[in-house]
Amino acid sequence: MNLSFLVQITYIAASILFAFGLKFLSSPITARQGNTLSSTGMLLAVLATLAGQHIIGYQWIMIGLIIGSSLGALVALKARMTQMPEMIALLHGCGALASVFVDWVHYEKLLHLPVFSIGLVEGFTLYLSIVIGALTFSGSVIAWGKLSERLPGRPILFPGQKWVNLAILAAIVIAGTLFLMHPERIELFYSFLILSAFFGIFLVIPIGGADMPVVISVLNSYSGIVACTTGFVINNTLLIVVGALVGANGVILSIIMCKAMNRSLANVIFGGFGQLKKKSTDGVKKEAHPISAEDAFLILEAARTVIFAPGYGMAVAQAQHAVRELTLALENNGCDVKFAIHPVAGRMPGHMNVLLAEANIPYDQLLEMDTANPLMESTDVAIVIGANDTVNPAALNDKSSPIYGMPIVEVFKAKTVFVIKRSMAAGFAGVENDLFYYDNTRMIFGDAKDIVQKLGAEFKSK
Amino acid sequence: MNDPLAYQLFILALSVFLGFALISKVPPLLHTPLMSEANAICGIIIVGALIAAGVEAESPFTIILGTSAVVLAAFNVVGGYMVTERMLKMFKKKDGAQ
Repeated sequence: MNLSFLVQITYIAASILFAFGLKFLSSPITARQGNTLSSTGMLLAVLATLAGQHIIGYQWIMIGLIIGSSLGALVALKARMTQMPEMIALLHGCGALASVFVDWVHYEKLLHLPVFSIGLVEGFTLYLSIVIGALTFSGSVIAWGKLSERLPGRPILFPGQKWVNLAILAAIVIAGTLFLMHPERIELFYSFLILSAFFGIFLVIPIGGADMPVVISVLNSYSGIVACTTGFVINNTLLIVVGALVGANGVILSIIMCKAMNRSLANVIFGGFGQLKKKSTDGVKKEAHPISAEDAFLILEAARTVIFAPGYGMAVAQAQHAVRELTLALENNGCDVKFAIHPVAGRMPGHMNVLLAEANIPYDQLLEMDTANPLMESTDVAIVIGANDTVNPAALNDKSSPIYGMPIVEVFKAKTVFVIKRSMAAGFAGVENDLFYYDNTRMIFGDAKDIVQKLGAEFKSK
Repeated sequence: MNDPLAYQLFILALSVFLGFALISKVPPLLHTPLMSEANAICGIIIVGALIAAGVEAESPFTIILGTSAVVLAAFNVVGGYMVTERMLKMFKKKDGAQ
């Protein structure tokens, strides 16, 4: 049994550990164990590579490992839960750039061989790997910029955008074709590398903040595909397996996100949502019913069941912990409290759950939208906090609405609905929300955190 | 299966199936940790980066490229796993158990 065979066996063990890591994520009870298994797999893979892949110089590797790991640890410990989407985008970008560099080194090594030869298939996988890697890198950096508000979150559009994109894409294809005919021409390699990076930028800048859950999922899928293609380039089966797992993950999450918005992937990527003209109001002056926090408390005090419908606005107002306090107060008062989580609430898949878990809200109180909706009719009070489009009944009953067909948290079915909101402004999609004018809706105007704290305090001073 | 490409495509096809089967079981509750976990294992590119940085260098340029790849991949791996761990730690049941 030789060393390289042992390395391969260790790689197989690592893939199995990764698969178990994902399997254990099917329940929050086993999830942490899964993460430990998965990281053990990673450690095994790294050790096997260091020991058995004919590595001769260790000093640069050690320097790289120390710098990368400490930066990773620092960022992972410092990131706030609201910043999770940008952190993920950043990690995607790093992984993709690492893949590009690995492919690049491989190509440089081929160029320095005494006799340069690169087959058609080999050349094509290299080309594909570089193109997807470079566009995933630049796309992730733009997504990171948008999510961390270093770049404007609104869609950036300019005239002729489609044609510019098509032109870049055509140039990438032409450079690739020429490269396959003359793989020794490094300037062709550079040209499709740079063009693809530009393409990634142009792909993500027209996409608005509310569509970021889809963008992150798509980038996740791409980062898996890059790992996979790099596996083909450097002949490493472990990369192929892991890349396929991650690619599948991104695809599934993208589909879930698109379904939750009732839009196709193509519509998200090329749509420029939020650019729709606002419908002029039909002349009938509708009246909302505002209510003070004190009066709201009286209704809450009598409530036996309460469901919160939180949106990203709750996290922006940093109101999660106040919500937790209010939840406890309600429960002490004999009330049953649940949370109805819309799949696109937050800035990435599952984001709202993490934000609520951070505020110590037990996960058995967090219900998926489809579980929560049948409970609405028997609910005394539904509290909408920082959400708008995801609770807009127009999605169910107004065919002319741009969000028509999107599944929503059906808070309007509850006996009373509280909407905590700063003003009557429209939601992210720029759509009017009729919920605010329903007879069973009461508007509580003000900062979400202040109001929830006030409500909680009322219970204490009772 | 003597053709390595066919063999690799074979593995790819099965892995894609495995991925779909495993991931469709993950509840929406854990979608954010799922993504960061997927992200962390995607840092497996570190294996390629180690080989790129460690196998006899052609020029200072490839050393720089290879070492940068190690930095980026290590960042991805360590950042990904640690942030997943941090998130999973927060998920608690009502009685306080995890």
